[in-house]
Amino acid sequence: MSNGVSERDKDEVKARQEATIYSLLAKIAEALEKGIVELYNVEIEAEELEIRLIPQQLPVPVVVTPPEAIAGAKPEVKAAYEVAKTVEVIAKKVVELARIAFEEPRPQFTGRVVEVKLGASRSEGGSRDRVIVIGGHTMPAYYYLVGYRPPHPPAFGGDIFDMKIGLPRAVKLAFGDALDNPVEWARIWVEKYGAEAVDIHLVSTDPTIRDAPPEEAVKTVDSILQVVKVPVVVGGSGNPEKDVKVFKNIAETFPSEGLVINSLNLDMKLEEVCPYIAKTNATVINFSPMDLDKAEQINRKVYDWISRDRIILDLNIGGIGYGTEYGFTAMERARLSALLGNELLQHPFNVGAANAWGAREAWIAMDPYWGPKEIRGPLWETLTSIICLLTGADYYMLVHPLTVKTMKAIREYLFSEPKPKDPEKALDWLSKSLPVF
Amino acid sequence: MAFAVRLAALEAKIEECPPLIEEEKYRESYEKLKELLLPPVREVVLKSPKKTIRIGGKYVLFRHELRYHNPTTIAVDVEDSMEKDTIIKRVQMIENFEYEYVGQKLKLDAIAIRSVTNDPEKFAKTVYTVAENTTLPLILCSLNPAVIEAALDVLNPPHHRPLIYAATKDNWREMAEIARKFDVPLAIAAPGDLDMLVSLVKTLSEDIGLRDLVLDPGCFIGPGGLSYTIKAYSWLRYKATYDLWKYAKYPLLATPISVWTQMSGDPKDIMWWEAILAIMLMTRYADLVIMHSLDGWVLLPQVMWRFQLYTDPRKPVSVPPGLREIGKPDEMSPVLVTSNYALTYSIVLSDAERAKVNAWLLVIDSEGLAVDVAVAGRKFTGDKVAEAIKSTELESKVKHRVLIIPGKAARISGEVEDATKWRVIVGPMDSSEIGKWLEKNWTPEKIKEFMEEA
Repeated sequence: MSNGVSERDKDEVKARQEATIYSLLAKIAEALEKGIVELYNVEIEAEELEIRLIPQQLPVPVVVTPPEAIAGAKPEVKAAYEVAKTVEVIAKKVVELARIAFEEPRPQFTGRVVEVKLGASRSEGGSRDRVIVIGGHTMPAYYYLVGYRPPHPPAFGGDIFDMKIGLPRAVKLAFGDALDNPVEWARIWVEKYGAEAVDIHLVSTDPTIRDAPPEEAVKTVDSILQVVKVPVVVGGSGNPEKDVKVFKNIAETFPSEGLVINSLNLDMKLEEVCPYIAKTNATVINFSPMDLDKAEQINRKVYDWISRDRIILDLNIGGIGYGTEYGFTAMERARLSALLGNELLQHPFNVGAANAWGAREAWIAMDPYWGPKEIRGPLWETLTSIICLLTGADYYMLVHPLTVKTMKAIREYLFSEPKPKDPEKALDWLSKSLPVF
Repeated sequence: MAFAVRLAALEAKIEECPPLIEEEKYRESYEKLKELLLPPVREVVLKSPKKTIRIGGKYVLFRHELRYHNPTTIAVDVEDSMEKDTIIKRVQMIENFEYEYVGQKLKLDAIAIRSVTNDPEKFAKTVYTVAENTTLPLILCSLNPAVIEAALDVLNPPHHRPLIYAATKDNWREMAEIARKFDVPLAIAAPGDLDMLVSLVKTLSEDIGLRDLVLDPGCFIGPGGLSYTIKAYSWLRYKATYDLWKYAKYPLLATPISVWTQMSGDPKDIMWWEAILAIMLMTRYADLVIMHSLDGWVLLPQVMWRFQLYTDPRKPVSVPPGLREIGKPDEMSPVLVTSNYALTYSIVLSDAERAKVNAWLLVIDSEGLAVDVAVAGRKFTGDKVAEAIKSTELESKVKHRVLIIPGKAARISGEVEDATKWRVIVGPMDSSEIGKWLEKNWTPEKIKEFMEEA
């Protein structure tokens, strides 16, 4: 008896509940029809008033509704909206974070960039206290591919000129009177500003400037070799006929210092200079501005005399705003081609970052909003160098000490184990008040 | 067929073929083709009522493989603890930033509003003030869902379509719900934890169904930090473009602004590193950067490098060759010769205009190369100059027969004289000297002298 009553009561409760649910579902249906509520991931069969979750991984019905539609709705439609929201919230509780691991990239490369040595130590017949080895890459630079550690970091040399030339004020401020004296300039570069090599540019030998004889150039190089004990890069004037003569004399006079000859190009009579360089332990920079076909051509020619591991490639770079993208892309293409097996391009890169100063924004006076040129100059050289760094470039000829300092810091950071110290502090910028100037 | 080739080269859009869109029988093909042409990195749209920006939409890892699409968006921040006047002033500076380069106006693209107070009402007010004073799309930055929601109530999407920053391992449920409710893109931040980042991507995309996501793996400097940062951005983009990995297929957001809380000391040093981080990350695949410095010297190299990086590597940036007028030239005004490389042309033009000279500018077809490169590559020759004189009928426009060629083309002055039979004078090395140079060299006596020699 009592059982019968409780059964009836139960039935009644159940019936009442069902009625409530049906009425709410009806209201949801009405709200849906009026476009007030939209349900995602839910299938509705209106005739039977049945809500079915679409079978997929962890379905969540989501309610989307324009707020103004709710505000103006009838109370029962509002109630239906609340039900729909509740369904959403309950279902959402089911969603847990789906933990997965990052799948490491695994590119395949077979090529290898040759290792090239700059400078020669005493045991190698030279007089350098320090030599530099660059190249040796078997993977693209700074992709941190698993198991790969780049064999040699990039190196940074300081530019000096053998006669007074027009230099930006920012450079004059850094070197002062030493700009009149290449030997003193070289000494300051190494001792004060930490240059890892020096690049002497024998501008005075240019026939249209002073046409200084090769013997004079030899003297300048000799005095620099005496004063600094880092590798020395010897640059010509850019005149193809004269450079051949100058380089020949230099090679004959200093056969064992591991000099770097800057640079050979296709306008030169290579047969008049390469045989002399071949007899020394010097390295050469082959110059092919932004042209990979010509880079292959000159390398192929020079191989006749000089072994591959004594050749550096210079594809040229323009300062930001002045053709930077051409040099950048030429280097990216050349390096990828090298790693894919193109032996003609398997050489480390030289970057003449001094070109960055050719950008007008690096040296002209501008409206004060753009800041003093004394900042823009070094910044231009630094940023242009960084762009080259990301292509995997190896040796940098730099004009300003601040660039050398910054590039060394970046090298240290990039070659450190990739593991941030305080990851939890990374988002501090969101909520901290920052100074405004 | 021609259309198909252009389509495959991504030079034409599929929507440019009306029958494909309009006719029902092509519906399925259209959908298939659309899917096929989708970039491996999803394109996400941000909007203000006046401007739309697209981030991501990248097809390749390396620029030379095709070209990069959708230049990196540069956003500068505003914070909600600032006085209203300061906010308006800062917003106007961001809005008015402009640098003219190769005939283009380089500008900033978005404003990132940060909640420093963590007060929803205060944040909503700031967002309202900013929205009233800018045409640029917004990024709403806070980890507090209540703060973000308050701002979205003010912005009322889809009128505005801001990016919300950010969902993290701690707040992702609430942030996802907000993104869903307002149908706005959502950034995911998992600093220093790539596993967490892709786990959040999987959860929010597959389990919750969000489509417009933007990823921030964290920006760090210093030992261990910079290397991690470059690694994270490179890995993400590599996985999206080469492995078509669905958990990496979203635009990348970088925060050079974070150097301001990772460094202390001289603000100039901090700005220096902010500029470095921004250049590095723009080069290594960031589709959006948030900066704090509004100083011209920090932002100038960014907008210039961005322009260059996003040019089409298959096409040099050039202007049509021909004869242009500087000021009001007459039959005795000087004729300046230059190349049709867009940068050379626009610099020469702006320098000459600034010097207030009246002159003719003869732009020769150097195939888009700069003067020195064109001279070396035989694209700037005597014959090319002669051709330009003929096609522009220069002989009927000036009485004299004198050409002023760039200092960087001095080598070919003889050749130009031979080919044109005009007297050739070598002008300054840099066009900023044009004003002074003409003042000194284009005098009645000198002109007479030149004409006699010609």
